[in-house]
Amino acid sequence: MKIPFIYNFRSVTNRPVSTALTALGIGLVVAVFIAMLALANGFIAALVTTGSADNVLLLRRGADSELSSGIPREAASIIAASPHIATGADGAPMVSPETYIVINIPRAGGGKFDVANVVARGVSSRAFELRHNVKVVEGRRFASGQSEICVGAKLRGRFADVNVGDVLRFSNRNWNVVCRFTADGSSFESEIWGENEQFQSVFRGQGFQSVLLRLKDPAGFDDAKRAFLADQRIQVDAHRESEFYKSQSELLGNILRFLAIMITAIMAVGAVFGAVNTMYAAVSSRTPEIAVLLTLGFPPRSVLASFLAESALIALLGGVIGCLLALPINGVITSTTNWASFSEIAFAFRVTPMLMLSGLAFAVVMGLVGGFFPARRASKLPVIQALR
Amino acid sequence: MKFLPLVLANLKRHKLRTILTTLSVSLALFLFASLRTVTTTLSASSAVSSASRMVVQNATAFVIPLPMSYAARLAAVPHVQAVTWANWFGGKYGDNKKFFAQFAVDPESYMKMYPEIQIPEDQKQAFLEERSAAIVGEGLVRAFGWKVGDNVTLQGTIFPGDWTFTIRGIYHPTLKEYGDDSFMFRYDYLYEREPTRVTPGWFIMQIDDPDAAPLVARTIDDQFRNSNAPTKTGTEKAFAAGFASMWGNVNLLMNTIGMAVVFAILLVTANAMMMNQRERTSEVAVMKTIGFSDRRVFGLVIVEAAVISLTGAVIGLGAATLLPVVTGFGEGGFLPGFRVTPGTQAVGASVALLLTVASGVVPAWQAARLPVVQALRRVE
Repeated sequence: MKIPFIYNFRSVTNRPVSTALTALGIGLVVAVFIAMLALANGFIAALVTTGSADNVLLLRRGADSELSSGIPREAASIIAASPHIATGADGAPMVSPETYIVINIPRAGGGKFDVANVVARGVSSRAFELRHNVKVVEGRRFASGQSEICVGAKLRGRFADVNVGDVLRFSNRNWNVVCRFTADGSSFESEIWGENEQFQSVFRGQGFQSVLLRLKDPAGFDDAKRAFLADQRIQVDAHRESEFYKSQSELLGNILRFLAIMITAIMAVGAVFGAVNTMYAAVSSRTPEIAVLLTLGFPPRSVLASFLAESALIALLGGVIGCLLALPINGVITSTTNWASFSEIAFAFRVTPMLMLSGLAFAVVMGLVGGFFPARRASKLPVIQALR
Repeated sequence: MKFLPLVLANLKRHKLRTILTTLSVSLALFLFASLRTVTTTLSASSAVSSASRMVVQNATAFVIPLPMSYAARLAAVPHVQAVTWANWFGGKYGDNKKFFAQFAVDPESYMKMYPEIQIPEDQKQAFLEERSAAIVGEGLVRAFGWKVGDNVTLQGTIFPGDWTFTIRGIYHPTLKEYGDDSFMFRYDYLYEREPTRVTPGWFIMQIDDPDAAPLVARTIDDQFRNSNAPTKTGTEKAFAAGFASMWGNVNLLMNTIGMAVVFAILLVTANAMMMNQRERTSEVAVMKTIGFSDRRVFGLVIVEAAVISLTGAVIGLGAATLLPVVTGFGEGGFLPGFRVTPGTQAVGASVALLLTVASGVVPAWQAARLPVVQALRRVE
């Protein structure tokens, strides 16, 4: 026979201050849990959405990032002639040999050394077709042969001279900002794009850093990879673009997740102690009540379940508070250097419904753990003594 | 002081509650101190770097090298006493599980420039004499079990292929913050294999007067402004601070979490103190009847809160201070010199005091204000 839940509900509302303090304590733990994982998820999502699964990224053999790679012009021409590459509407291959460099740009309002490393990517005109997610939202694409650049949407506000119409100076040259683009929140939004031929001459002389291409047959990645690796004239590794960017997120993503779990685990222990205190106090102040319940014929395990439910209820309340506290950070833009590519990436915190659910589940677990021993004491009360 | 036994007796009444509350406080302060240490460690690297050493980088991007010819021109700048240079190698070792920095350095001038690198004289001579020699930090020796005479092969990412070095020396840094997990080899070895690609990645200069640094920086940057490789010159300190700023909002994040932790535990402690007081209503009334003043009752509650908070603080801050030492977490690796500073301990202690006041004041005030007659009526 179960003890009606309304009994627990009334008991909880009967001591509002104690309940509120315990719930708020659990709520803060849940808020930190959600916020930190939202940070890690936001960062990982920004990189995972960067790549597309039907694109292939070629880097120099042994290079683990675009920054350390290099592909000579001749090799890029050989690659462009590969039969595995899809052709565009005009019959030309869908391939973009790209230069990649991180340039340091002073932050808006910062000093000479308060700089961020921003990616300057030199692309071919095909790059906008190859990357479905890139959309020009203001202005027009840069023209070939001109000192013109496009800037990612997330650079705005964080750096000076990055609005359409501005002139950004780097590498001893003035560049007209002619467009601003979005890319579904991916890391491209933290980049500056210009024409590869322009960037090549001002940055590192001859050669490209990577070659991006669209596969003719999206399922033929393995065949294409084998063909590229077998070609002795080019020394390259082939990566699926989506997997490459995902791997770039692993180092920092794992650190952030590890930190989130470790910090919240320690906090959770403290909050559980709080719940234990509260529940013990609840049990001892209600000793006669519990004895009456037992005398009436409720079995001890109902009493146990009832007190566990009460603890879980308080914790759930805390979980809801935590979700509400963490919700406003959804979409807030933050930035950090991704050490795998050595460039600064801006991304948004991502509070997903799934994450909130796990926050609630986490809260309930804290409540059940904290409530277990007090509930067991309640169920084992010696009736006669307690009734006295 | 004579009331201390009374406070202790009160604390002993709910032993479990007292222990759990104290442990919550110690966990909170442990986390708080550790998080704060992350930020102090990040900024400490700029504090230990020298103000009389300056760095010259390519102004466009740090990955673009500078011409070798700059070495002589930098040495001719007033106040510059010595010049050396280095290159980032960026190789992979073994399964690439552990990242460590590898530099190609000009051996003789580099060792002179960095007295922080302590190495036995005979090992130093061996490094100066053999082209494929390398010296490694003690941290790498701990991680990989290398010893002098071992051959180590790195896979180049920037400079392709396998590169084999012979370890000829193991260095020990004079300061932990300097880090002991770098792998240094000779610039001429790199140049020999890649003569068309290798020029210095950055220059390091010793200047005779730290106050002259802004002047030196301006002179050099003006000199190269319109060349193919414009420079950015600054003190090592400024570069280290700039490097720390690349973490973005880490400081804010750590501080926010630290605050949330402390606040969450404040709730736990305050709740425990209030529960204590609620249960003792009748005995407070009795104490007042036999002559305890309102102020004394107030004081007793505050002292009780203080015992919990301060004990918790001692445990938490002590653990945060000792743990990195015992586990060797502060010995290089990801955050070299990770160590709880006296400043952090002081801040932690103030947090504990704040916790005492915030958790004790409401119950103490309630106890002091307790109307005796009414409370006694409930005594059975």
